[in-house]
Formats: sequence, C-alpha cells, structure tokens
Amino acid sequence: MRHTLAVLVENNPGVLARVAGLFSRRGFNIDSLAVGRTENPDVSRMTIVVEGDDRILEQVTKQLHKLIDVIKISDISPEEYVDRELVIIKVHSDPARRGEIMQVADIFRARIVDLGRKTITLECTGNNGKINAFEESLRPYGIKELVRTGKIAMLRGLRFTSVNGQKDDD
Amino acid sequence: MKMNGAQILVQGLLDQGVDTIFGYPGGSVLPIYDALYDANIRHILVRHEQGAAHAADGYARASGRPGVCLATSGPGATNLVTGIANAYMDSVPMVAITGQVPSALLGRDSFQEADITGITMPVTKHNYIVKDVKELAMTLKEAFYIATTGKPGPVLVDIPRDVSGGTMDYEDPGPINLPGYRPVLEGKEEQLNKAAAAITDSIRPVIYAGGGVIGSGAHQELKRLAELLMAPVTTTLMGLGGFPGDHPLYLGMLGMHGSRYANYAVCESDLLIAVGARFDDRVTGKIESFAPDATIIHIDIDPAEIRKNVRADIPVVGDVKIVLNQLLPRLEAKLSGAWQQKIDQWKKEYPIGYEEDNDKLKPQQVISAIYKATRGQARIATEVGQHQMWAAHYYTYTRPRSFISSGGLGAMGYGFPAAIGVQVACPDEVVFDIAGDGSIQMNIQEMATAVNYQLPVNVAVMNNGWLGMVRQWQELFYNRRYSCTELVNPDFVKLAEAYGASGIRVTRGADLKPALEEAIRNSGPVMLDFVIEREENVFPMVPPGESLGNMIG
Ligand SMILES: Cc1ncc(C[n+]2csc(CCOP(=O)(O)OP(=O)(O)O)c2C)c(N)n1
Ligand SMILES: [Mg+2]
Repeated sequence: MRHTLAVLVENNPGVLARVAGLFSRRGFNIDSLAVGRTENPDVSRMTIVVEGDDRILEQVTKQLHKLIDVIKISDISPEEYVDRELVIIKVHSDPARRGEIMQVADIFRARIVDLGRKTITLECTGNNGKINAFEESLRPYGIKELVRTGKIAMLRGLRFTSVNGQKDDD
Repeated sequence: MKMNGAQILVQGLLDQGVDTIFGYPGGSVLPIYDALYDANIRHILVRHEQGAAHAADGYARASGRPGVCLATSGPGATNLVTGIANAYMDSVPMVAITGQVPSALLGRDSFQEADITGITMPVTKHNYIVKDVKELAMTLKEAFYIATTGKPGPVLVDIPRDVSGGTMDYEDPGPINLPGYRPVLEGKEEQLNKAAAAITDSIRPVIYAGGGVIGSGAHQELKRLAELLMAPVTTTLMGLGGFPGDHPLYLGMLGMHGSRYANYAVCESDLLIAVGARFDDRVTGKIESFAPDATIIHIDIDPAEIRKNVRADIPVVGDVKIVLNQLLPRLEAKLSGAWQQKIDQWKKEYPIGYEEDNDKLKPQQVISAIYKATRGQARIATEVGQHQMWAAHYYTYTRPRSFISSGGLGAMGYGFPAAIGVQVACPDEVVFDIAGDGSIQMNIQEMATAVNYQLPVNVAVMNNGWLGMVRQWQELFYNRRYSCTELVNPDFVKLAEAYGASGIRVTRGADLKPALEEAIRNSGPVMLDFVIEREENVFPMVPPGESLGNMIG
C-alpha cells in the first residue's frame, strides 16, 4: 500500500541527505519526495510517498523520528487530503496540430506556457492519476521533454499538520 | 572574553566534565592542540586514530561517562570510522571531534579533505559540521546532550580550521532547543498494566536482558524483578554483568553461542520479558521459530526497536530503569515451581564445560584461570572471535561494566585499545584484554600507548595459530577447506619486549597460575602468549539459520 507522509524537518544543511540516506540504507522504497520551505523559515516540509505494508510504514516512521532534524511525521493517507503534482511537457507540434493539442490542454485544464516554431510547452497540476492521463494523451504527438515534481499534500478542513498542530504520529 | 574556537572547544569540554580525551594530532587540529597544551584535560596520544575511538568507547563503557576522541581531517577522521560505527552499534555515548580543512577550501578536494559528516551519517546518532565559530559552543553542548541521553550513541563534530582558529567574544550558549529530539523515558500506564497482567498470568517466564540494562544502570531493578518472579534470566553478550553471573536464576547467554538451557528455556517459555535488548539475529536464530509459545514484552528506550525484527505483543517504550521501577510495584511475588525445576534439570544435564589438561593448554582453562587469579574482579575487554565467546562463558561477570566487548559490529582490533580506555577510566583496577592472535595484530601499535603511559593492561593472547572462529565455520560448514585462515605469527613475547612491555609465554596448564600472578603484579603492560590447543571449537552452537532449539556440539 502507498502512504503519504508529511514530514516536518529543521531546515538544516544535510537534512535531505539524512532522510534519503535512511531510506536507501534500510531498503525502504520512496515513490516520490518533494521538499520546500514552510510558513516558518526554520522548518521545511517533505512530502514523502512510500510503498509498504504496516510493518514497513511503522519502521519508516520510527526510523525517521530518530533523525534529530526530523520534528514531526504524519501519515495523512487515511484522512481527507488535497494532493498535487506539477508537470511541464514540451511536445512536438506542427502548426497544423496545434488546435488538437490545445483541446487536450483544455480538457485537463492545462496551461500553455510557451510556443515555439515546432513545439508547444504545457503545464498542468493535479493528482497523480490526472497527471498520468495528461501525459498519455500527449504522447501520440511526440513528447520532446517532460519534467515532473513529486507530490505535495495537505489535509482538508480543520485538520492540519504543523509543528504545534494536532495531528500527531503517535 | 575574546576566545578562539579551539579555546571555546576546550571550555566546552571542561563544562561537560571531560577529564580525558584520546587523540592524534595533524594540520587541521593544530589550533585545538595548541589550546590543549595548557588545558586541564588529560590527552592520551594513541598510535592510530582507530585506537582513539575504541579507547574512548572503552572509557565510556567502563565509566558510564561519554568518551571523547579527537583526530585531524581526512585520514585522521576516516581512521575513526570503525570506532564510531562500533560505538553506534553498541549504543555507547561518545563525542568524536575532527578537524576539517578551512571552510573556504571545503568541497574542492583540498589536501586532507574528507566529507566525514557524509561518511559517518549512517553510523552516528547525529553529526555536525560547524560553519561559524559562534555556533561552536552550542553545537558542542548539543553533541554531548544527544550522545548521552535517550538511547546513547556517538556524535561527531567536524570543525574547520578557520572555525577553531576564529575568535569571538565568548558567551554561554544558553539552553538547548532541539524540537525533533524528545526521548521518551517513562513507560505508558496502559502498557505497564498490560505487561503486569501478562506477567501475572505467566507460568514459564524468561527474562532476556541486553546492554540497555547496563546503559541505563538498571541492574538492581533487574535483579529485583527476577527474584520477585523467580524468573530465570538470560543475557545477551552486551548484557553480561547486567545480572550477576553467579546467581541461581542466571541462565548464561542465549543465541548462537548461548547455553543450551538458556535457549531451551526461551523455546519453551510462555512469556519473554525483553529488557533493553534488540533481538539481534545472533540472538534469535531463525526468526519464525523464535520463542514460539511466548507472549513477548519488549521494554526499550528506542521505539524503532519495537517490532523491527520480532513481534512484540506488549511494547513498553522508555528508559529501562525507569520502566522497571514503574513495573515492579504492580507485580506480586511468585513461587518457584515446575518451570524452575525443569530449568535446573537442564542446567544439570547440559552444563557448559571442558576437560582440563595440565600438560596442554585449553582456552577455556586459561579463562577460568584468569577468573580465579583476579577473583572475578577484573574488567575484561575482548577482541572478536572464539576467544571472545570463551571469555563470555568461562569468566563469571557479577557487576555491570565489567565485560567490554564489540557486540553489534564485531570488530577485531577493538579489545586492546578499549582496554586502554578502561584502564584510564579505572586506574586502580585490574584490566585484561582477552585477545586472539589474529585480532591483537589489528591494533598492536597501541602497545606503544600503553607503555608510554605505563598503563598496566594485561593482554591475554589466545594463540591458536588460526583465525579460529572462521576456521571453526570452515570446519563445520565448508568441509574443512581452511581457506586463508592459518596464521604465521610474530613472537608475541619479543614483540611486547620490543615495545618496552613485558612478555610471558605459557604452554602448559600447570604454568597458568604463576604467569597470571606475575602479570597482575607487574605495574606496566604485559602481553601473555597463551599457546593453546589449535583446533578447539566454541560449543554448543546454533548453526546459522537454525532455530535456537537445534544446537550442535
Ligand atoms: C575487522 C574484522 N575483520 C574480520 C572479521 C571476521 N572475523 C571474525 S572472527 C575472526 C577470527 C579472529 O581470529 P583471532 O583473533 O585469532 O581469534 P580466534 O577466533 O582464533 O580466537 C575473523 C577474521 C572481524 N570480525 N573483524
Ligand atoms: Mg586465533
């Protein structure tokens, strides 16, 4: 099963290496990892998607907790949450097919961010499934370049994950 | 007051109560050595940085205070790594300080630059590189706090030369604030109650005690628990001395080289109380058939140990000493019964033993003689191999911190420098390193250190002419194909003498006693070359991958 973890860490140099090293060392599989600053400049937030059964998840959580720089870990998967990935795709496009591609973009609420003589570049956000579908729809036109972020996620409604928040892992 | 980084470091060490450090100088630590020149801290100059790390570790294990080692950048720092990994595996409080090239040269493959924080990330509890002299005092304070609290472990502080040489107006760093580090010390009520109920219901309890008992100083609580429940106690290698080895409830070690009765007791128990132990594969044997009928209570300071290797029916996270003190008042005394009788029967049926022979020299006999000559009061360090297991079986450890051995990492070369650290921590006690002829050569250079400081460490080399433990496996599991395990050794007596130490060779059981008495009397280091039976094996043993019940030998 896939789990989405929200991990708050001290914004210290080396913290990403510590987390990444821990996953590879202990043989845990990371599906995706995204990291960035939070509302507090001393704290960064990682969204980590891991694959594994309950026992593995328990170990991942506890081993992460042993890192001094890790402040808080929440498994948000069982809750209602919003999650997003961002993709930027450059596709081959003869002027003749531009219209078609723009229609695809419309369906996925993607935006055109650049037009070249023979290319068109689109950006799209959404959950994993939507981004996958978007990519598939563009594949027939010839994808020249694709870049995609890891997933970021946040609980819906009143629940929140912050240093002093109510959601806790224990 | 204006101080440079090196002076701040020394001040920080003094504030932490550090009286001794083990180290080796070099370019990047010149400012630190300059500050040490007139500081009130004893510096022991080892002959290899691995020796410094192991000595600091031995010092910590014997004294319970954090060990401190110091090395220069690059090769000095990388030479510490085995010692740091060793301390990490056995949860020993240690602070390793390394010099680093000046900040401006970092990341450029500068002379003697090694990314030691990167290298030691997986083998330290935490590590730091100090980028600004203003952060140094706080970093050092945190390092000691992290190393000594919760589950202890090594912390490395890497200090670039411009930081140790840089100056600032020194002020006290103030209180520590580590939001991500809050060790849980007290057991949860609910878990304690569950544990107490399971204990009350049990008829065949076994206590399985590990190094955590010694680390947290819970040996008295453990004894009270065992006596209250009349529960037999088995310990891990790390737990030796955590429960009196001469106690009627003691079962000896369990696991691969445990006693038969300890392993049988675990196999048949209906309740296993794991206290500060982590179910290492050398302890459990085949996991699927480990303690098959037992409810498992797992008391440990480290939540990540719970269910890491083995199921835990009732986990109690907390400091072992605190948890036992919480648990004891909830329990009622139990009487001895059929279970205890059965165990006594096993003890009679399967004693650990050997046949003495006064014309030859059996390793077991040597250890027994050391036990007698020291009246069981010595601090025993060991290397790694067969001799380590014999030292575990044939010396009776009755107090904590008296058996000092590389358990988790199993590092040959540990024992001698560790014994030096032990002797520095306990100057008035008799200290032995029980060594193999292979292992002792891994850090033999420390004989110069022992002579330099006239540390009366006794090195008992169990000289079998083999990398014996490996040979034993080749004999049992590889058809006696003795690939690369036979040793051509130096003359250990002459070697000791070349270093300025004393050497004594013993080849017959009859000569054991006088030789040991002479060594103990000697006020300097002594190397005892015990020429033992070459192909003696460590038995009984659980073959790798087998269940604890299937012992051979
Ligand atoms: C640094 C290191 N290298 C290799 C090993 C593997 N090893 C384990 S025991 C052993 C043999 C040790 O020989 P010796 O010190 O003579 O002890 P004996 O078993 O003969 O008593 C070896 C090579 C180890 N534990 N540590
Ligand atoms: Mg040997």
